[in-house]
Amino acid sequence: MKAKKILTGILKYLILIFAVFCALVPLVSCVITAFKTDAEYQNTSVMTLPENWFYFDNFRIAWQKADMGKAFLNTLTVLVCVISGSILISAMLAYVLNRFRFVGNALIRGLFMIASLIPGIASQVTVYQIMNHLHLINSLGGYIFLMLGTDVISIYIFLQFFENLSPSLDEAAILDGCNYFGVFFRILLPLLKPAIVTSAILKGVATYNEYYMANLYLQDKNRFQTVSTSLFTFTGPMGSQYQYICAGVILTIIPPLLIFLFCQKQIYSGISSGAVKE
Amino acid sequence: MTANMKALSGTEKSQNRILKFWNSMRNQQMIVTVTFLLIPLGLLFLFTYLPFFKMVEFSFYDMKYIGERKWVGLQNYIDVFTRKDCFDALKLSLYYMAGSVVQLSLALLFAVLLTENTKCRNFFRGALYFPCLVGGIAVGFIFKFFFTHGFILDSILMCFGADLEMLPFWLKDTNINNWVLVAVSVWRYMGQNMVLFIGALASVDSTMYEAAEIDGANAWQKFWYITFPSIRTIIILNLILAVSGSLSSFEMPYVITGGGFGTSTYFVLTDHLAHTNQKVGLASAMSVILLMLILLVTGVQKLAEKKLNQH
Repeated sequence: MKAKKILTGILKYLILIFAVFCALVPLVSCVITAFKTDAEYQNTSVMTLPENWFYFDNFRIAWQKADMGKAFLNTLTVLVCVISGSILISAMLAYVLNRFRFVGNALIRGLFMIASLIPGIASQVTVYQIMNHLHLINSLGGYIFLMLGTDVISIYIFLQFFENLSPSLDEAAILDGCNYFGVFFRILLPLLKPAIVTSAILKGVATYNEYYMANLYLQDKNRFQTVSTSLFTFTGPMGSQYQYICAGVILTIIPPLLIFLFCQKQIYSGISSGAVKE
Repeated sequence: MTANMKALSGTEKSQNRILKFWNSMRNQQMIVTVTFLLIPLGLLFLFTYLPFFKMVEFSFYDMKYIGERKWVGLQNYIDVFTRKDCFDALKLSLYYMAGSVVQLSLALLFAVLLTENTKCRNFFRGALYFPCLVGGIAVGFIFKFFFTHGFILDSILMCFGADLEMLPFWLKDTNINNWVLVAVSVWRYMGQNMVLFIGALASVDSTMYEAAEIDGANAWQKFWYITFPSIRTIIILNLILAVSGSLSSFEMPYVITGGGFGTSTYFVLTDHLAHTNQKVGLASAMSVILLMLILLVTGVQKLAEKKLNQH
């Protein structure tokens, strides 16, 4: 009995270690290549470790070639606007839907639910025309405006949070002479902090990694490239210089890695709460 | 409005005034409702429903982005079902469906392994989840590099004695390249399901396991008779969700092969037809058809949810 237990224990860890190996090898091999000099890259096997772990030239070259300084600045602008905007919008929507009974409440919930089913890529054919009509192509503001749109996951996170905030809070504040705007901005919004952090992280990571619409609507790559589209620089003539490509890829992965290391809890809880729609 | 209400709330509570007070509260609620709904509903209309209705309209025309358009009735829809490339693309979804079954099984396996008292749980969970956070373009480059002939994967296999001459071109060989892309898709999204399942497993009553242990149940029996029934609902819902996910799979072939070598899924093809060939009408019809399929699958999901909640 005891031997069997030890055996299953060993098997369990073997499976887990193998899985982690599969999950990390593609990433680790990228890190290894990013630290190799040109000569090393050409002459050694891809799996040999670099001689000098402090060789940062590839990162410097990748940073310059892809103009990542500008890309990070653009992405930062987009992130700040999209995160704050979408949180405010989703929280306001969730507040009204949760606290007030009115004709159309269920209808609006339904409309957002159905909207979440429409894959974003499918409707870009016509969204493109609308954006073109509004003169929002090749404008960072236009891209931000588009990204602010329906964020059903944040809406659900906030709706769930409001369910657990007693309405007696609102009533007490109103009896003290607060109006509904005050109730939302001064009483409830500060209490929403955990939900705000969670949806900010999820929305932030999604926006940071978004490339399809950034590529489609920010066509002037010299001025408007974001971090994810900046990697497109490495296609074409540079398509086989993997020491630079890997360095560029690593540079773009560092921010989400840091967020992940510091906010694991919020990410995990966000996935669970975003998943139980309705 | 606000000042009025404040003044009223502070005054004597005669019957009449209370009535007025409530009336003004109703009004205020209405104003808040309208202002708070204006922006989200405006955006929802502008970027989701207006495009959708326009898409339905476009699907009846033969048109490009600019220039004349010609009403063709249902011709685009007929084309979708008769063109070989559309049909082939739809068939590719089957690969991704098979992949998502594997993905969910693996996610469940790791979720179960990680809920027992496993050492370094957080590390294992983190390492398996992290691929979900890597951006699509980065994933594309990482795996182009990974699968290039003679590079990472081939070197690993050569360590185990494989011969480079015998190894296939992973992304170009049409016999296997779709499976390779499905594998990458599993690599990328498995962690998401795993974290979800871990959350679900945490809510299973732990005293049941203790009771089972006293009765001498082994690990498999505990899983089959306690764990599985408790999280059956979430598993089935995820399976159905995986079907609509497979129908709309896009990212992996788009960033890794660009849809070349017979890996063009339905959406990659739609994107190509719309933006490269400018067959806007046909692409719209394809999107409408796929959306109908997804709505159908979601309808089944809702039904299943109701059925499962009754039990």
